[in-house]
Amino acid sequence: MTDLPELSIDVTPTFVVSTALATRDFQEVHHDRDLAVARGSQDIFVNILTTTGLVQRYVTDWAGPSARVGRVKIRLGVPCYAYDRLTFSGSVTSVDDGVTTVTVVGRVSRGDHVRGTVEVTR
Amino acid sequence: MTDILAAAEEIRARGESEPFVARDPVNVPTMHAWLDALGDANPVYVSPEAATAAGHPGIVAPPAMIQVWTMPGLGRVRDADDPLWLMLTALTEAGYPSIVATDCDQTYHRYLEPGELVSVRSRLGEVTGPKQTALGEGWFVTTHNTWYVDDEPVAEMAWRVLKFKPRAAAPSPVLRPVISRDTEFFWAGTAANELRIQRCGECGALRHPPGPFCLSCGSDAVGFVVSGGRGTVFSYVVHHHPPVPGRAAPYVVALVELEEGVRMLGEVVDDVRIGTPVEVFWQKIDDSLTLPAWRAR
Repeated sequence: MTDLPELSIDVTPTFVVSTALATRDFQEVHHDRDLAVARGSQDIFVNILTTTGLVQRYVTDWAGPSARVGRVKIRLGVPCYAYDRLTFSGSVTSVDDGVTTVTVVGRVSRGDHVRGTVEVTR
Repeated sequence: MTDILAAAEEIRARGESEPFVARDPVNVPTMHAWLDALGDANPVYVSPEAATAAGHPGIVAPPAMIQVWTMPGLGRVRDADDPLWLMLTALTEAGYPSIVATDCDQTYHRYLEPGELVSVRSRLGEVTGPKQTALGEGWFVTTHNTWYVDDEPVAEMAWRVLKFKPRAAAPSPVLRPVISRDTEFFWAGTAANELRIQRCGECGALRHPPGPFCLSCGSDAVGFVVSGGRGTVFSYVVHHHPPVPGRAAPYVVALVELEEGVRMLGEVVDDVRIGTPVEVFWQKIDDSLTLPAWRAR
């Protein structure tokens, strides 16, 4: 089983806000700390479109420019709040008919933020 | 519940929504913003040479951006026939106001190139509930989305959200004692910062915990005396688990032998051993509850 090198991201408020805007997600909980806290969150948090994009990036960083991503399947766990650190780890779990399946976990201080699989043709 | 399932059935029967068309075609500035923010340096998204070397006709968009192209944007909303919107409205009306995305399963049939205009059509999938979750009671709603360029399906997504009733805040930050006719004198005492020990109205024997009859003479005549609040640790435990509301583990609970002769439980805030001399102090939780606790003297 091949392990991917870890990727660790410093989840600054700028990161949370810039990724939310870059994914065109204007839900206030991704930009407005006062409102996020009022709704029971610890802080602003990363949106799911960004998590999907980061999982994809993590695998293509490893697989290289010639890889084709066919599928990204994720399930969210605990929120990824500003001022936390998001660390991805992954491993190849199958290679079948040219399709490599990579299992990815993204962890934050509170636990697993995301678990998922990426199917990529290399 | 049957209303929710009936609403789901009705929305599902409508089938796929009309296409919701992206505001802009796939374009390089939006790609750049995404690549910068996510830190994605894959050259096939920015360099025509790298893209053609990788077998693409030219630069391509990151596949995970598929949903970005048809995000409504600030102040723009999805069409009224959007099945997710209809289902969420039905659940809001049924008393489930909050929402969180839980699952996303995207399949890409091909990479997109700048200039292509996508549209998305959605249909309602499974609606399951009510489920008890860490966030509160809620319903899981799955929608299936297909993106098209003209009539060609280019990507698909199963998208699951939890629409929930936030769990009510705990009514009290601590466990509260059950106050009975036998014990109300004790709690009235703590509120007045008095440590009261039950005393038999007949023979004068002291007893704790309080009860309805004297253990020495069997009389039901009761009174109390006020303790001097001094004693020694008779035994103790260090509590680590399970979690107790309002307490940060580990903490120490001791059985204190009072100078008056009875034994009483309470939290100890100092490092103690069996035989450590202690005195009472008061933890005022709120206007209706004050707990006795012990510290070394």
